[in-house]
Amino acid sequence: MIGFLLQTLRIAVPYLFAAAGGVVAERAGVISLTLEGFMLSGAFGAAIGAFYSGSPWVGVLCGAFGGFIFGLVHAVASIRFRADQVVSGIAINLLVAGLTRFFLKLAFDSSSNSPRVPGFGSASAGASMAAAVFTNPLVWMGLLVIPVLTWVVYRTPFGLRVRAVGEHPQAAETLGVRVSRIRYVAVALSGVLASLGGVYLALDQHQFSDNMTAGRGFIAIAAVIFGRWDPARAGIACLLFAAAETLQIQLQGAQTIPSQFIQMIPYVLTIVALAGLVRRSVPPASLGKAD
Amino acid sequence: MTTRSVRAQVEEALLPPLVALLIALLAGDVLILAFGQQPGEVWLTLLRGTWGNAYGFGQVLYKATTLIFTGLAVSLGVRAGLFNIGAEGQLAAGGFAAAFIALHFPAATPAIVIILAAMVAAALAGGAVGYVPGMLKARFGAHEVITTIMLNFIVLGLLNYVVVNRVHVHETLHTPEVPKAALTRFADLISAFHGSAANAAIIIALVAALWVGWYLFRTRAGYDLRAVGLQPDAAEYGGVKVGVVWTKALVISGALAGLGGINFVLGYKHYYEEGFASGAGFLGIAVALVGRSHPVGVVLAAFFFATLSQGGLAINALVPKQMIDVLQGVVILAVAASVPEVRRALQSGRAAIAARSGDA
Amino acid sequence: MAPENSAILMTGVQKRFGAVQANRGADLSVLPGEVHALVGENGAGKSTLMRILAGLYAPDAGTVSVNGKPVTGWSTADAIAAGVGMVHQHFMLVPPLTIAENVVLGREPRRGLAIDMARAVLEVKGVAEQFGFAIDPRRCVADLSVGEAQRVEILKTLFRGARILILDEPTAVLSPPEIQDLWRVLRRLRDGGGTIVLITHKLDEVMEVTDRITVMRHGATVARMATKDTTPAEIARAMVGRDVVLPGGAPIPPSRTTAGAGLTVRDLVVKGPRRDREVDGVSFVVGTGEILGIAGVEGNGQTELIEAIAGLRPVTSGTVSLGGFDITRLSVQERGAAGLAHIPEDRHRRGLILDYSIADNLILGDQARYTTGATLDRAKITGQAAEKIKRFDIRPPDGSLPARTLSGGNQQKIVIAREMAGNFSVLLASQPTRGVDVGAIEFIHAELRAARDAGKAVLLVSAELTEILALSDRVAVMYGGRIVKVLPRAEASIDAIGPLMTGAGAGAPAEPAA
Repeated sequence: MIGFLLQTLRIAVPYLFAAAGGVVAERAGVISLTLEGFMLSGAFGAAIGAFYSGSPWVGVLCGAFGGFIFGLVHAVASIRFRADQVVSGIAINLLVAGLTRFFLKLAFDSSSNSPRVPGFGSASAGASMAAAVFTNPLVWMGLLVIPVLTWVVYRTPFGLRVRAVGEHPQAAETLGVRVSRIRYVAVALSGVLASLGGVYLALDQHQFSDNMTAGRGFIAIAAVIFGRWDPARAGIACLLFAAAETLQIQLQGAQTIPSQFIQMIPYVLTIVALAGLVRRSVPPASLGKAD
Repeated sequence: MTTRSVRAQVEEALLPPLVALLIALLAGDVLILAFGQQPGEVWLTLLRGTWGNAYGFGQVLYKATTLIFTGLAVSLGVRAGLFNIGAEGQLAAGGFAAAFIALHFPAATPAIVIILAAMVAAALAGGAVGYVPGMLKARFGAHEVITTIMLNFIVLGLLNYVVVNRVHVHETLHTPEVPKAALTRFADLISAFHGSAANAAIIIALVAALWVGWYLFRTRAGYDLRAVGLQPDAAEYGGVKVGVVWTKALVISGALAGLGGINFVLGYKHYYEEGFASGAGFLGIAVALVGRSHPVGVVLAAFFFATLSQGGLAINALVPKQMIDVLQGVVILAVAASVPEVRRALQSGRAAIAARSGDA
Repeated sequence: MAPENSAILMTGVQKRFGAVQANRGADLSVLPGEVHALVGENGAGKSTLMRILAGLYAPDAGTVSVNGKPVTGWSTADAIAAGVGMVHQHFMLVPPLTIAENVVLGREPRRGLAIDMARAVLEVKGVAEQFGFAIDPRRCVADLSVGEAQRVEILKTLFRGARILILDEPTAVLSPPEIQDLWRVLRRLRDGGGTIVLITHKLDEVMEVTDRITVMRHGATVARMATKDTTPAEIARAMVGRDVVLPGGAPIPPSRTTAGAGLTVRDLVVKGPRRDREVDGVSFVVGTGEILGIAGVEGNGQTELIEAIAGLRPVTSGTVSLGGFDITRLSVQERGAAGLAHIPEDRHRRGLILDYSIADNLILGDQARYTTGATLDRAKITGQAAEKIKRFDIRPPDGSLPARTLSGGNQQKIVIAREMAGNFSVLLASQPTRGVDVGAIEFIHAELRAARDAGKAVLLVSAELTEILALSDRVAVMYGGRIVKVLPRAEASIDAIGPLMTGAGAGAPAEPAA
């Protein structure tokens, strides 16, 4: 049971960061199909930073910086240039995948993975999983990110403005709220938060490998929608999806339910939620609209 | 006045891809220089390795074929105001269905029958996958961007389950081979193409492009579909059943993407293999975007992206082929960012002209 | 009126949006402590000028000063700080947020890093009470009535200490009692030293509450006058640039006897976006050779009524029939085939596909007739276009141009040509002259009368009482989703209709009169 919970937590951390990023951007009205790319940039930045400095904390900073940069790229494309936000998101995912591959080759002359880098937690064979989980500061940050985000979104002026901008940007603008600025900040913050999910992956596995996020950004989007764009509900969805995955790993070999079907749970639930079969997920009113 | 408005439309369609090409060239230069190579030399190598010899060109043809199908699929959706991001899953489903049907014909069946049946199966399977988000949108208003993305994962998971548990060749992730259901390889006709995967599917792809052009711009169904894409409320007012058009558009879109599966399955390997789509569905979005959702543009854009992709292999000795992945992202981002910009610039330019001639 | 004394002084303001020159040398001078009317036809550039004053747009040319200080090109934040507040025609409220959250947005009281919500609620309540509004700031804006929502809009400006208040067409969505409430609030503000600019095109409002008037036409200022020294006729002349016939003087068309029922609506109930019974049991008959006008404040179910008859909105209960033929369950297309034509209220959303050519727009709804096999018959489409362009004088006369490139009046002519050139027995005309120039209005009115004279049944909905009175044979007044009364034209006057639009007599729904 403890093992199950710990494993669930380990799997959930990247989802929690990415979903938090997704909530911030989408509540401000900017579609975030970019989470996958943000995470991957975080993972690569973390590996590079940790490798060259020898410190995982430098890795965290470099990874977060990567997410910040691509958050800005997405913000400039969709706000300044009013690009289609779905297309911009897909482009950024492709761009980050390409850039990480190119620089993986350039820096480490490999097309698959980086050398071993310092990370958090004692990944030595003897250490228990509990120790590995609880000595990792990113796990703690991942657990805190949802409560903190809930407070920011519902209790602070920035959060109120984000919600207003996402629902009715003209209304916010007539009150002197600078809509573009709020969106720039929200999307850049989204990049930083989501990238931390990737940072966690790279430092947990002590390396960067090509496409190591493997669709986790899309699971996070599923969690955002299933959680109806509310940070707490999205966080619960992340835990739920992670628990399903843990179950699948622990059931492996037991030949009960095929693993493919358990892996589909988040996607099926998202479709069900969007179709309103349980309770309708309604996005922020100005989501995806440039102005 | 008429010629002026036509010219403006052409400008609006062509400028963004040209701007994007320029930006991609610049970005490529930076990456090439970062790797310590000469840009001019690398670009030249890329061209020689693709359009410079029959093998390279054959490979471009082969890669363009799938992209034409997925690009047409995405374009048809865009014309109906829908973003089909599910081409990846539809393509895989189509490929699997083609291989699966071909496997189940008695050995004595004439090849042409198997091929036709496999093509129909591919289109039906893709169409069936497209039907789901279409129906969900029409009935429940579920946004197709998210449902098609989610459906990709579901379809690929299901195919994985079926292939792993039911029909794979031992120790591989592909189905048994069906050499009989083979489209003609160009290498068998012209020896210079030897080794390249180019096959008759390109002809089917070009026919599909012609059909899409006819359907969109010549038929009543196309009139209704484009009306729905431009102004759904006006289309509804004009007696068009919007939900039906949405569903129909995504079914046709899915069928086009599914049909793309024959290029690999019937034209190249003669079996379905896990992961054969390898991003061609997503690249279909880029093709549709750069091709401005017009069949002619789609064909040209498919050749452009196929050239990049094949060119990556040609330059790999000088610069890592991963550079091409970066350039794809740059092109898409640049087109997406410049479309509204170009439209605004052209509009204000026209307005200025109109103001000067005093008829604003 | 020396400029240095002006609360607001705008001179030579120019502003262009794409191909549209919204302001071309507009001037405005408003004294402190007055209620100033800014009047003009739709599209005269009033809203643009005021949005420039509120800092939402920067002018292309011209100067703006407030209380003697030059402020040209300032931001909304600057305008708010200087005490300029604007209440927009379309409410600028965020529906899921509470009243308090909407009001304090952008200048939230803080405690540490968080919003001090308790203080926000208290402050909002305080300002509300000061101006006589009874409002619970914790309520969600989505749940408010239109009148309440407008009070929140005003509250937003007062909370920011506005001394100059701009109201853009504030009465368009209000019932007469709500309008009277609004006037009370505005007078109170003025008596407290506030300055008010009222954008309107309703002359009775201008005469009732304003002190001075600025008239705009085609983006420029064309006249200034003191309210007490002028007459509605004089203002109207300035607005349109020539003499016009005012409502009171509109010729009364002769009452006619009709041959039979063209359109019959019985006990119709329709669900709307806000209420389950947006149309709440409506019954009426439009005879052949008759124009039935529906008068009423916008938002009382007219839109839903027309959409339900047209087949664009599902009917909860009740029936619609054309000449005795039940069409309640038919599709839009089948209704068209049965003889229903429809000029929709919003041509940019419904009536036209702006990126389609004029020719393609002229077959919208009638595609089947221009199709052979699966393909469209291009020659036939071009042919019919040339014919209709000529007959309805659509300019420029080139069927291949996108509808987007035409003026409002010519765009509306495309709609009229399409709907009225074919065979129809019943016409729904919803706001048929909204946003079109005077010449086109006369043309459209003539077409509607011609249809009536040719024996068609015409159901006219218009927010302009003038238009209703100028065209209708009978006038039905709609309020709160019901028809409160049907009057023959001879008995229909502004005095008779006005109180009915407020809901007076709503208790007794009118009998369906033939």
